[in-house]
Amino acid sequence: MPKDHGIGASSKRREDVRFLTGRGRYTDDINLQGQAHACFVRSQVAHGRLNGVNTDAAAGMPGVIRVFTAADFEGVGGLPCGWQVTDRHGAPMQEPGHPVLATGKVRHVGDPIALVVAETYDQARDAAEAVVVDIEELEPVLDMKAALADGAPKVHDDLTSNLCYDWGFVEENREAVNKAFETAHHVTTLDLVNQRLVPNAMEPRVAIGDYNFATDDSTLYTTSQNPHVIRLLMGAFVLGIPEHKLRVVAPDVGGGFGSKIFHYAEEAAVTFAAKQLRRPVKWTCTRSESFVTDAQGRDHVTKIELALDAEGHFQAIRTETYANMGAYLSTFAPSIPTWLHGTLMAGNYKTPLIYVNVKAVFTNTVPVDAYRGAGRPEATFQLERVIDKAAREIGMDPVELRRKNFITEFPYATPVAVEYDTGDYNATLDKLLEIADVAGFEARLAESKARGKLRGLGINCYIEACGIAPSHLVGQLGARAGLYESATVRVNATGGLVVMTGSHSHGQGHETSFAQVVADMIGIPENMIEIVHGDTANTPMGMGTYGSRSLAVGGSAMVKATNKIIAKARKIAAHLMEASPEDIELKDGRFTVAGTDKSVAWGDVTLAAYVPHNYPLDEIEPGLEETAFYDPNNFTYPAGAYACEVEVDPETGKVTVERFAAADDFGNIVNPMIVDGQVHGGIAQGIGQALLETTTYDEYGQLLSGSYMDYAMPRASDVPFYAVDHSCQTPCTHNPLGVKGCGEAGAIGSPPAVVNAVVDALQRAGMTHITHIDMPLTPSRVWAAMQG
Amino acid sequence: MTRVTMTVNGKAVSGEVEGRTLLSQFLREGLGLTGTHIGCDTSQCGACVVHVNGQDVKSCTTFALECEGAEIRTIEGMANPDGSLSTIQQAFQDHHGLQCGFCTPGMVMTASALLAKSPTPSEAEIRHYLEGNICRCTGYHNIVKAILAASGQDVSHLGHGDAVAAE
Repeated sequence: MPKDHGIGASSKRREDVRFLTGRGRYTDDINLQGQAHACFVRSQVAHGRLNGVNTDAAAGMPGVIRVFTAADFEGVGGLPCGWQVTDRHGAPMQEPGHPVLATGKVRHVGDPIALVVAETYDQARDAAEAVVVDIEELEPVLDMKAALADGAPKVHDDLTSNLCYDWGFVEENREAVNKAFETAHHVTTLDLVNQRLVPNAMEPRVAIGDYNFATDDSTLYTTSQNPHVIRLLMGAFVLGIPEHKLRVVAPDVGGGFGSKIFHYAEEAAVTFAAKQLRRPVKWTCTRSESFVTDAQGRDHVTKIELALDAEGHFQAIRTETYANMGAYLSTFAPSIPTWLHGTLMAGNYKTPLIYVNVKAVFTNTVPVDAYRGAGRPEATFQLERVIDKAAREIGMDPVELRRKNFITEFPYATPVAVEYDTGDYNATLDKLLEIADVAGFEARLAESKARGKLRGLGINCYIEACGIAPSHLVGQLGARAGLYESATVRVNATGGLVVMTGSHSHGQGHETSFAQVVADMIGIPENMIEIVHGDTANTPMGMGTYGSRSLAVGGSAMVKATNKIIAKARKIAAHLMEASPEDIELKDGRFTVAGTDKSVAWGDVTLAAYVPHNYPLDEIEPGLEETAFYDPNNFTYPAGAYACEVEVDPETGKVTVERFAAADDFGNIVNPMIVDGQVHGGIAQGIGQALLETTTYDEYGQLLSGSYMDYAMPRASDVPFYAVDHSCQTPCTHNPLGVKGCGEAGAIGSPPAVVNAVVDALQRAGMTHITHIDMPLTPSRVWAAMQG
Repeated sequence: MTRVTMTVNGKAVSGEVEGRTLLSQFLREGLGLTGTHIGCDTSQCGACVVHVNGQDVKSCTTFALECEGAEIRTIEGMANPDGSLSTIQQAFQDHHGLQCGFCTPGMVMTASALLAKSPTPSEAEIRHYLEGNICRCTGYHNIVKAILAASGQDVSHLGHGDAVAAE
């Protein structure tokens, strides 16, 4: 029987009622007394020398309060980068400055140049159009390989080139890997592009700065996945505001997918402007503006080689990737193609030797950073595509080739510096074959054929490193932050609890699932627990939500804090019942003296903690509130297997996803309904990447795919119902809940399944020359491939 | 500025607007009905869908002045008179048809307009009708499922995690 409450129950989400009745409180729903409105003047060219900004006309327009330019920000720091990567020769990466408003040069379309503040948004927008910008256009660099050529124009004049870093991993393995390729029985090579994507959370970014001159306190309301990180970065590095004088609030946030991790210029600009003007200043991003300012994702150009022995055992993997950083280093950009990508190149397989080379390149494009999966989809895609290609070349079934190379014993230390704690890749693959009804494929193939359609089946596996991340480890790897999480559990006198977490929920349903965990631990109803997040004023220092870390890291902090609560409550209960704390058992919200019928209710104990008349005051303090920080000692390793069935129209090249199945091992599950939903959403994003989405710049660096009319977001009719299963569970061994994280899996596992399926369909139709098509597999690309 | 008068969720309202003021702006800024969301500026995402005289309309592409004398219904007016969730709202909660909640008002308004026209729509009909509504979180699975369920159709075969009773 499924549980009806607590861990393992599909509790309905408490968040939903406010969202379904229009009572959510997103940042743009906040309007402060006396608020002014901001509009940014942005570069309309990709690369140019900024010779002057004339604000005279704009300043005189109706309602205009002030026009800020870079000169106003001279005493202000630049946007910091949170990760320093060391290149393969031991040198630090090239790290350019990133001013709040462009100085000297503009480096991508959308680069902010001036900030107009007016009484209304329409007035600010009208005036922004009247700001005269004198830009001497320079030749932009857009293609990564061209950007590294001798004599290429430089994005940053003060750097030696457009190369951010040339990273080798594991550098010591380089020669051994090369040697393995020289003697390999068979080598499969694949050149591919993992195209640039725009994250496109449905809520555009918003920032409202507020300043109280009487107390000298600043407040920023912002659409963020990690308000504490924004407070630290903006306070310490940009505006010089100590954290106790700066509050960052991220209320209901309409999706993030990574794009709302980063500290953006607009946040600093409105906070700064609010202080200057002593008025709240609000900026709401338009969608068109989002396309040229939100950090984008992926954008790798890769060559991967797989060496196999005569039996099909993987001998070595060698990759060379060019990773686009865009015009500036976004907050975590350098870590994505390196530590979140290279470390995953072993996948689910025993490959003794791996060498990953990544060249990160500056171009005159929007900065690139983490987008759902962040590095791990790029690793998975190339690995699972090259395995499929290798299987075809050596004449082995691609499923069998994977099984032959599966890691089956745990813990397993990969040659790329991570140690998988648990997993059972055969179990998820077996489950996948069952739920995808692979046995019925031949019949469906015949049916498609009868209708004149091609049909293909694509299967792949994936692994990811989640629960980000052990601080001591990431510190060694160049992170300038710790990646623990925190929780404060406050028990009220009448027994209800408030859990204040550093995690942030922007669609994941933490208010429901976190309450399930604490309810289960104490044995009380979920509705006695309130989850508070998203405000630095009333939550402990936390690192926020990304990297499928909230339950694995934030949940673990909450479990630690709740255990401290229970330990103290047990002492109080022991005192009330004149027993020894060791003899006290907590079950279903009652403390019982073991082996007796003596008991006190949870509420009696919590009341005693706050009305300590009969209380062991010489041993413990009154009150019942505990804080815990949890720093994981390893990543978690969700893994699974995905299957996609497509139909291809031989006349037009149009691909239709007919069936999609996902079998994931997320370890223990708190709320199966929410986990299903996370996987569904990830799959749709993966199908979107595989078939629809791409980010296109023209030769001048203008973004051609700059709106929903040009950037093909997946819609309801582009996707089928999905079959998802997470019954294969190998619990994580090193966190108290045994959970691994489920937020990114769908987006990581699905793109190769779709592409494998399309290639399979074309191969089955006799087009054996087609071994790969670059994403997105639009009708024109597939049709062109079919023409040979 | 011109005065515009309309009925919103059963209440007569009026306000001064510019010719360029959009219905979405008037609802959000003029009336404080922030449940109607703005997710794009090209009339593509559908987060702003409301009902104008019973028809589902993108309020970001409708001038407030066009709605003189109109009956408007927004997400704030969708619950039952006693405040409980209406059938379509309840179906979205029961089947996890929303995550971040940002596209949700438009999805609910579009879905209810569909059900008014076609009380038991097929899966294909639902997917086609949602063409103008983008969701980045759910992958649409549970939205389509919720609409099927709200129309009284059996959805027990569509995934196993939706409700305790379904397992």
